[in-house]
Amino acid sequence: MNAPLINIQDISFEYEQTKALENISLKVEEGDFLAILGPNGSGKSTLLKIMLGLIKPTKGKIELFGTDSKNFKHREWIGYVSQKSNSFNSGFPATVEEVVAGGLAKKSGLFHRMPKNYKVQVKEALEAVGMDAFIHRSISELSGGQQQRIFIARALVAKPKVLILDEPTVGIDHQNVQSFYNMLASLNRDKNITLVLVTHDVDTVTDKITHVACLNQTIHFHGYKDQLDTMSDEKRKAWYGHSVRKIHHAGGAH
Amino acid sequence: MIDAIFSYEFLQNAFAAGLIIGVIAPLLGVFIVVRRLSLIADALSHVTLAGIAGSLYLSQSVAAFALLNPLFLGIAASVFGSVLIERLRSLYKHYEELAIPIILSAGIGFGAIFISLAEGFSSDLFGYLFGSVSAVSREDLGIVAGIAVIVFLFISIFFKELFVLSFDDEYAKASGLPAKWIHFLFMIVTALVIAGSMRIVGILLVSSLMTIPVATAMRLSKSFKGTIILSIVFGEISVIAGLVTAFYFDLAPGGTIVVTSIMLLLFVIGFKKLSVSMKKGAVA
Repeated sequence: MNAPLINIQDISFEYEQTKALENISLKVEEGDFLAILGPNGSGKSTLLKIMLGLIKPTKGKIELFGTDSKNFKHREWIGYVSQKSNSFNSGFPATVEEVVAGGLAKKSGLFHRMPKNYKVQVKEALEAVGMDAFIHRSISELSGGQQQRIFIARALVAKPKVLILDEPTVGIDHQNVQSFYNMLASLNRDKNITLVLVTHDVDTVTDKITHVACLNQTIHFHGYKDQLDTMSDEKRKAWYGHSVRKIHHAGGAH
Repeated sequence: MIDAIFSYEFLQNAFAAGLIIGVIAPLLGVFIVVRRLSLIADALSHVTLAGIAGSLYLSQSVAAFALLNPLFLGIAASVFGSVLIERLRSLYKHYEELAIPIILSAGIGFGAIFISLAEGFSSDLFGYLFGSVSAVSREDLGIVAGIAVIVFLFISIFFKELFVLSFDDEYAKASGLPAKWIHFLFMIVTALVIAGSMRIVGILLVSSLMTIPVATAMRLSKSFKGTIILSIVFGEISVIAGLVTAFYFDLAPGGTIVVTSIMLLLFVIGFKKLSVSMKKGAVA
């Protein structure tokens, strides 16, 4: 049996003597579409940053593709889409093609030029997110939802095995959220890309995901999405601070 | 003017150095502006002033410094300043911008002390503050050319990494790029360009040659590479027009170069506004 793509073992993290995460263990297997859910301040983004190696845990261990994260060399296997509003300078003078090509920087290697066929690779990545018609447009001219698709293309261009997304629907209007999740589900289903998604909004748990992890400093539930219904009211309260309403989508209750 | 360039070595030096600076200052300036580091260039230029003033003062009392080009101590101070800025930025993680006024005022403070201790070199110092057409020596030109080689090598080797880091530093770190080291090298190269540019533009105006042509180019270009090319074009126009004006009217070239670049910026802003209102009129 293959090792989990991400294996978090008993992780804790303290920030200025405040506990942000406590004894977190979580496995992400190949083909999973995992949503990490939790209220504001529950430690979701911190957990993602630990997965990505941006911050070091106070305690515990992470394995990426069966290798201790400290010795893991293939960062290009993990694509990352950050919160658009936090990390991107919206007036930046760059075309969509330039932004997406930036996703090949690590894969090309230090001291090496971009691959000769990088334009073809950029176009393919844009086609995968339905944005190839925007290739020569300025990134700052696009809407929030379009920009987020471009950032997914930037992550996809290096052909990652796992895609990690931090609050990807922030800045996307309500009507486009559903089609955004359809696109993610198609990447998971058709291109076999494992997805890990963080959101604070329980409403976004659609019929597209396969697994759920409920986080509020510690893991309150982790399993198949359908098993979420078996979670007791007390556990739900402990997780979210109040009872969580079940939302009914066309695909079934969640 | 062309006859004069062929006749006088000092003019040849000034023009050759100006043409080189007109390329490297806006080239690096694009990365400085998009990374919102424009004020760091100002802080480093003031630290360079302290180095130059220190060298000029020491040249009066220590024989070894009399033979040393003050630019060398200016470069050393600028590089040291860039390292200090980074150290302060990591010390004050939540108030990173504090590093700039601290280093800027330290530069002015030390500069003022050395200037008052020296009680002299006013004409030399004026050239360093506002630039000079006549003060660029062959040695200065060699230093500027050497800095240009370093800049071209740095940008061509790390272009893709610098672009990713400039656009989204969190993504750069998450994707495993050595963001910290590239940023550190970037600061060192910025310090070198600032120290090298001030013979022509002057310490007080050097940051403007790194930012105003970029601000002008950003009004016109949608792409990053286009912004770089246009910034260099506007930088060269400013330097050439500024040097010619400075030579004919006996003015400080720093002033004429910066005023030319400001005029170009105003022209482009006006041109863009006009074209937008004409488009709106055509649609209506």
